[in-house]
Amino acid sequence: MKTILKSIFSLTIAAAFLVSCGGPSKKSNKGAVSGNAAEKVYVAPGEHDSHYAFVSGGFSGQLAVYGLPSGRLFRVIPVFSQDPEKAYGYSEETKPMLQTSHGFVPWGDSHHPDISQTNGSVDGRWVFINENNTPRIARISLETFETEEIIEIPNSAGNHSSSFVTENSEYVVAGTRFAVPFPQRDMSISDMKGNFSGALSFLSIDPDHGNMEIKFQIKMPGFNYDLSHPGRGKSHGWFFFSTYNTEEANTLMEVNASQNDKDFIAAINWKKIEEYVNNGGGKKMPAKYAHNTWSDETHTATHVMQKEVLVVEPKDVPGAIYFLPTAKSPHGCDVDPTGEYIIGNGKLAAAMTVHSFTKMQKAIEDKAFDGEAYGIPIIKFDAVNYGTLDQPGLGPLHTEFDTRGNGYTTFFISSEVVKWNIKDLKVIDRHPVYYSVGHLMIPGGNSRTPDDKYMVAMNKITKDRYLPTGPEVCQSAQLFDISGEKMELLLDFPTIGEPHYAAGIAAEKIAPKSKKIYKLNENKHHYAVTNEGETNVVRKGNEVHIKMSMIRSHFSPDNIEGVKVGDKVFFHVTNLEQDYDVPHGISMIGANTSELLIMPGRTATFTWEPKQVGVWPFYCTDFCSALHQEMQGYIRVSPKSSDIKISYTLDGDVPGEDEEE
Amino acid sequence: MKKSRLLMMVGSFLLLGLFIFPLWNITLEAPQYPIPLGMDIYITKFQDTHEFDIKNINLMNHYVGMQYIPDTIPEFKIFPIVIGVMAFLGMFIGFKANYKWFLGWFVLMSILGIAGMYDFYLWEYDYGHNLDPKAIMNFKNPDGSVMGFQPPLFGTKDILNFTAHSYPLVGAYFMFVGMFMTFIAFFLGKKEASN
Repeated sequence: MKTILKSIFSLTIAAAFLVSCGGPSKKSNKGAVSGNAAEKVYVAPGEHDSHYAFVSGGFSGQLAVYGLPSGRLFRVIPVFSQDPEKAYGYSEETKPMLQTSHGFVPWGDSHHPDISQTNGSVDGRWVFINENNTPRIARISLETFETEEIIEIPNSAGNHSSSFVTENSEYVVAGTRFAVPFPQRDMSISDMKGNFSGALSFLSIDPDHGNMEIKFQIKMPGFNYDLSHPGRGKSHGWFFFSTYNTEEANTLMEVNASQNDKDFIAAINWKKIEEYVNNGGGKKMPAKYAHNTWSDETHTATHVMQKEVLVVEPKDVPGAIYFLPTAKSPHGCDVDPTGEYIIGNGKLAAAMTVHSFTKMQKAIEDKAFDGEAYGIPIIKFDAVNYGTLDQPGLGPLHTEFDTRGNGYTTFFISSEVVKWNIKDLKVIDRHPVYYSVGHLMIPGGNSRTPDDKYMVAMNKITKDRYLPTGPEVCQSAQLFDISGEKMELLLDFPTIGEPHYAAGIAAEKIAPKSKKIYKLNENKHHYAVTNEGETNVVRKGNEVHIKMSMIRSHFSPDNIEGVKVGDKVFFHVTNLEQDYDVPHGISMIGANTSELLIMPGRTATFTWEPKQVGVWPFYCTDFCSALHQEMQGYIRVSPKSSDIKISYTLDGDVPGEDEEE
Repeated sequence: MKKSRLLMMVGSFLLLGLFIFPLWNITLEAPQYPIPLGMDIYITKFQDTHEFDIKNINLMNHYVGMQYIPDTIPEFKIFPIVIGVMAFLGMFIGFKANYKWFLGWFVLMSILGIAGMYDFYLWEYDYGHNLDPKAIMNFKNPDGSVMGFQPPLFGTKDILNFTAHSYPLVGAYFMFVGMFMTFIAFFLGKKEASN
């Protein structure tokens, strides 16, 4: 009885705490939106949104493109997961994109998109996004809205503190969430402490084409590296990574990794390490990782396995790495637009730690250290700490900023966003969210020039917010107006997958450059055709290669005979259109793959292995014109023993040989 | 030099603008083409207003059985010669000949211009009426005759879902202004002669 009473008592205390922290004590689904919110998100038919939001799909592995303020979904860009709609990961050309050192991996979880920057402002050239499970970073072109490059990160596991870019897009980073043997080997898990490592990878970005390359990896102590942010302005040249499990526990982590009162933010002077590497520093180590690149000329991806990586030991570059003690298991690690304040969100602490870059510099100069961890100096907490925001809410996760000196922090447990002033560490406003918010995003947030108009909160749970759809309901984003003193909730909209994080940018930086077609005369695909006269069907052993074209509203050729059971038929299909917004599709009955959806001027390939004799139709899968329904053809499949030769026609003639007109 | 001669020479010189600038433009507007399809006509070639417009006009037009716009036509050989000869002839007349010749040049040029427009009309008529009998779509006029898809010679006209515009472009204005100048030159020359 006593214990029951006790537990009731403690529950009451907890509830009171929740209320005092300003959690959504009054459950209100209505009335949270003020009168003119609809006006502020209304984008009239035919008008355009002012911003693009690139919202990661979390476990969907994709990147969704939304408009702000309307919250309308425009497109889902496949990145780390196969997408039959677009044949991504199904067509012969895109299959190499999903190759890894573990072979073909058809799924991955996409987490943190970040837009390339020039002089500290988002420039709208590329989005970088990390995958957590099979550690990878992808680069997406914002001209074509397609994934152009994927690079796997060796010596890593759980690529979470990624993929943030420096203010001139010099580097994009990857940090291992799980400490692992470096390099991987067979060893006892209980021997983890002191033997596992945490690789932090710096990938250089080619300024013209965006191509990535692992410039160096830093072999850090085996903590968990959770999130990261580049320095900017005065702290440009530094990168900050939050850590947890500085206990280096390997079992029952929820308890054993939560024992230390403070973990660290690792401050990395990457310019110093870059200089060291450029002068021949670091050691080449064997490694196995995939580097996949897409060519817009050949419309084909290339998969290459890399064999080594340059590794830097922290002890070899003294003065380049420091640990900043930060309240309990910090999750978010965010740097304000001036580059002065580094905010660690201690997800298990009641306080938020705000460090000062200026104080950090002085502490380093004064050697104000409190010991070291694996040879890396730990700066005294008081020597680096600017101050703390005490009891702002429960479970602080992530902070974004405006240009007026305010931080906006999400609180997972108390389901709210809190606006606070960085200089005087005072809470200005708080607003409930529905529910369990993770990241938030202000367009241009990870730059020196955030846009002060909108903020998007991304929620993990929506229980009663939308019509139910069975046991699983959608996850959601919520749009706030942050132009005034108080935050104003404008709109809820459901999202694809889990909206893990997002990047936003003014539409005018992207829309004018958006690609409309691929030029047919620049198509260097091996099986491309530029007109119907070049289409043909060729047998090579048991492979049949069909060079096919599509245009409104027919295929060429559209009658093919001589294919036999047991053949492997390659459909190499070129869309001859040169008109914006006129893709065509093709699918084949019995093909064990997806349709192709082919943009104007582009060539794509799928394979079909006919298993039954007969005459089988193929057809266009994307409604393309008034005669879309007539856009179809037949392939005759004969028995394996048949001696019927390959033949093909369009309107009774071999395409290209009928020169009457 | 007399003003009339100068005017005559400059006027006929302006014809050479046709070698640089397009003479005419046909534009097709439709709901599904927020950026209309267009074709600029030069004295030496057809050109897309926006890249691939002609290809897309052909694609649209094949539904009703219209012919493809050819890569080249015989006129593209004749027009440059005519314009070149007339420009140099005009300048020569302006430099040497009696002002009465100015009017003669103007009348000849006007006849050639009208002939050119008539040729253009014939081509448009053929293009709009000489349809493929196997055309995917057949439309009849209310009187039962086969609907033609001839673009207007000059002005704006609705053709099914398209609104077709046909108007002169910069090169034509050079020609009009030039011809007007030669016309003035004749009266100026007459005035100068009577003084």
